Amino acid sequence: MSESPNTAAPGAIPGRHEEGALDQWLLTTRLSDYVAWGRKNSLWPMPMGLACCAIELMAIVAPRYDVARFGAEALRFSPRQADMMIVAGTVTKKMAPAVKRIYDQMPEPKWVIAMGACASSGGMFRSYPVVQGVDEIIPVDVYIPGCPPRPEALIEGIMQVQRLVEERGRSGRGKAMPGVAVR
Amino acid sequence: MPVIGKPVSRPGRPSLLDLTYLPSILKGMWITFRHLFRRKVTMQYPEQKWAMPENYRGLPALVRDQAERIKCVACFLCEYVCPPKAIHIEAQEIDTGVEKGPKVFDINMLRCIMCGYCEEVCPEQAIFLTREYSTVGLSREELIFPKEKLLQMGGIRGDSIRKWSRLTKDAGEAATPDSVRSAVR
Repeated sequence: MSESPNTAAPGAIPGRHEEGALDQWLLTTRLSDYVAWGRKNSLWPMPMGLACCAIELMAIVAPRYDVARFGAEALRFSPRQADMMIVAGTVTKKMAPAVKRIYDQMPEPKWVIAMGACASSGGMFRSYPVVQGVDEIIPVDVYIPGCPPRPEALIEGIMQVQRLVEERGRSGRGKAMPGVAVR
Repeated sequence: MPVIGKPVSRPGRPSLLDLTYLPSILKGMWITFRHLFRRKVTMQYPEQKWAMPENYRGLPALVRDQAERIKCVACFLCEYVCPPKAIHIEAQEIDTGVEKGPKVFDINMLRCIMCGYCEEVCPEQAIFLTREYSTVGLSREELIFPKEKLLQMGGIRGDSIRKWSRLTKDAGEAATPDSVRSAVR
């Protein structure tokens, strides 16, 4: 169509092409995209607060940061109802079986955020009782540096998970269990 | 024995109206209603950002001087002082012949705790904590920042001492690396 919208047929909506009434008035999508959109905007976190990062985790639910704007305000303390685990704090070897078990109890699809230095890599605790990064026991999708990270950084992490849900939400999780990579 | 003080007054049986719980519910909803007209406190994060103080301790970064030289001389003090051992340096001799410099300078941001010891200990004022606080990553490898990335984050920070230009001037501006080296000795 080479005509400008001004010279189009009278009564036509500018910017809309003429063929097919369905295309004009209906939005079409794939079911998987629709489901991913729903998941993305209602990520219910499982707060795995193990140390001081949990204080910053609490702050994102408070009015100042208000994670309800991203649909993730419903912190679920039952893993059966959660979509996303936020591991906030030092994972000790004593706590590791519990973290693993809670992760296993979460229904698929599920995502994991390693919040802060300790959960991501062990941080400054290079010692025998601390798991050197929670990705040694469960697969992690998003890593957030900081000690502790600001609530803004955690919101960035949640937004990153939302992008992942959009990209790989169609096939559930796309990430395999990683091996022990970097110390 | 005399009784000291007044006896505590206990609430009596609730009235019929209180038993319907309506007064309590209305009182609570009135408090909620009043909050509609208070000042809004939510920061709309990705659009609105917090005004960071100048000395905020965010991710560390390397800086260059006015002449865009890398100020780091690979003295390994930051690597030594770093509590979580997040810094990894390998040194090399650099072609000005004046000092050595870093060949490899990696900071594992997932280990880093932003304590600022590296900035504090650095004798060349080559490493600074930036105000970057919202970095996230998808893998551990991605968050080990190499020298180039750290220099890009740090940018240029001027230095009033100008040690490098003084040393090269004493040895002659167009000096070859060998003669510079002997002059410094």
